[in-house]
Amino acid sequence: MTTTTTPARADRPAPAPVRPRGGANKTKSGRRRSWMPLWLLLPSAVILIPLFGYPLYQLGLLSFLEFGQPQASAGEVAEFVGFDNYSTLLGDDQFWDVLSQTVIFAAACVVATLAVGAALAVLLTRVGKWPRLLLLFAALGAWAAPAMTGSTVWMFLFDTNLGLVNEVLGMQGHNWFYEKWSAFALVGVVVVWHSFPFVMISLYAGIESIPVSVLEAARLDGASTWTTFRHVMLPILRPILTIVVIQSIIWDFKVFTQIYVMTGGGGIAGQNLVLNVYAYQKAFASSDYSLGAAIGVLMTLILLVVTVFYIRALRRSGEEL
Amino acid sequence: MNRTSAVRPVGPRRVKGNRKVSRRIANTTAIVIALLTVFPLYWMVLSALKPDGEINSVDPRPWTWHPTLDNFRDAFGVSGFGGYFLNSLIVATVVVVLSGLVSFLAAVALTRFDFKFRTTILVMFLVAQMVPVEALTIPLFFLVRDIGTVAPGFGLSTLGSLMLVNLAFSLPFAIWMLRGFVKAIPESLEEAARIDGANRFTILWRILFPLVAPGLAATSVFSFITAWNDFVFAKTFILDTDHQTLPAALMVFFKPDENDWGGIMAASTLMTIPVLIFFVLVQRHLVSGLGGAVKD
Repeated sequence: MTTTTTPARADRPAPAPVRPRGGANKTKSGRRRSWMPLWLLLPSAVILIPLFGYPLYQLGLLSFLEFGQPQASAGEVAEFVGFDNYSTLLGDDQFWDVLSQTVIFAAACVVATLAVGAALAVLLTRVGKWPRLLLLFAALGAWAAPAMTGSTVWMFLFDTNLGLVNEVLGMQGHNWFYEKWSAFALVGVVVVWHSFPFVMISLYAGIESIPVSVLEAARLDGASTWTTFRHVMLPILRPILTIVVIQSIIWDFKVFTQIYVMTGGGGIAGQNLVLNVYAYQKAFASSDYSLGAAIGVLMTLILLVVTVFYIRALRRSGEEL
Repeated sequence: MNRTSAVRPVGPRRVKGNRKVSRRIANTTAIVIALLTVFPLYWMVLSALKPDGEINSVDPRPWTWHPTLDNFRDAFGVSGFGGYFLNSLIVATVVVVLSGLVSFLAAVALTRFDFKFRTTILVMFLVAQMVPVEALTIPLFFLVRDIGTVAPGFGLSTLGSLMLVNLAFSLPFAIWMLRGFVKAIPESLEEAARIDGANRFTILWRILFPLVAPGLAATSVFSFITAWNDFVFAKTFILDTDHQTLPAALMVFFKPDENDWGGIMAASTLMTIPVLIFFVLVQRHLVSGLGGAVKD
């Protein structure tokens, strides 16, 4: 990944700023040009090149090899098979099932997280001090809860025989994980519970940062609440919204722990597999490391596309890269 | 801070009354949602404190008159959670300290200097955050196994291996986030120090470092969480029970059809508390800290 810095290039004149708008108020001339930044980046490079860059390369390489149990433990030489793993994968119905349910699950989580987060951010601006603090701290608690413990607690709440929810609903004996989409829905609830605080707090901070005078002006001009929202607040909030949306997409597409723990590694007969868990299970449960790697590569490529949008959004919001 | 009160126009009385009602509805909604949000955490702590009989009752109650520490005692005694807790703490502490130092240096390089490929490197740190870590576990497993043959302290079933990988995977975000904090510090301060004859090392550690400290605290939360919550690396690399960390050890409690919920909830509580404390301590810096991503 981070392998492009070569020492020899450091002392060259800096390139002109790519896009000198937004936060480009820093005087370019004020910056020093020396070997210093390379020394500063060296520790990161020492850690990231072997432990991040190299494995990423290996992931790609593995996906073009025949690499299973004999190669992993008996040291047999791995054979180069070209795109065989990919064609196996694309010809497998299960892969397409997993891909589509990953997209549906992630999309539902993103929409729900944003809806809840945005609604509560607006609510926060309309309540008194104590309800606001209470909600902020409750959200902080949900945010802080590790994915692992969040999963265990919600599993207990929805336990077939001992769970509070089944008792309250009078549905004792009902197994929420038996049916595919009810299991997905439950995992989704946990994901939303974990991730709405980020959206809520970010958007709330964004709304609070809108100058009072701007809203006052809109009001004096006779703008309705809706018009104020649509034409004054939304444009100001757009950069934050974009970032929050894309971050949510990336997180929810990569959900692993909740699915793995709550559905016991992918649900009954793998009905709750998402790409991430699928790749892991292919590799470590079926010892088909190269197929797992191929799934990982496809996932990385999909996320890379999302990332390109992310970077463009950051640029547009004036983030100086 | 309180924007709404400033916006409130001076209107006729009736409108004011309506506002009061809608304000009360909003307040109530907020409180109800806050309670719902925090309820699972309450239920976790409560269940951890319940005696076994109440946990296994098919008629669970949202309170208990007989709180007991039995579940915690069992977790520490029978299941050896103390050891797992310590393992998690060691790994997380090492990761937080190293990641803080390394990301501070990188953040300074990326904000205070202009050099070729600066933007490329920045974009790479961003892209690195998107990489599905779980998929990378496949090549990392073999890498860690091979490292073990040369450096046994960092091979499979060692805490060292978890420190290494968690450090690597917390760095990109830490650098990205810390960059926002370094950027926010006016360069004139360093300029002044330089004119006063301070060398680069002094500027870095005596001037910049203390100023970035609050940001470093916020950043360290995320590094801490990366290491503390890590489930997939621990599950994959740690093959013996002695070096297991909390999240993977928690899986030990899961038994088909007869989960020891009291034990699971006690262990979950133990696992959540350090993160919660960390979060509350730095909560003021969290939002501004995400500044790298959320600001302007």
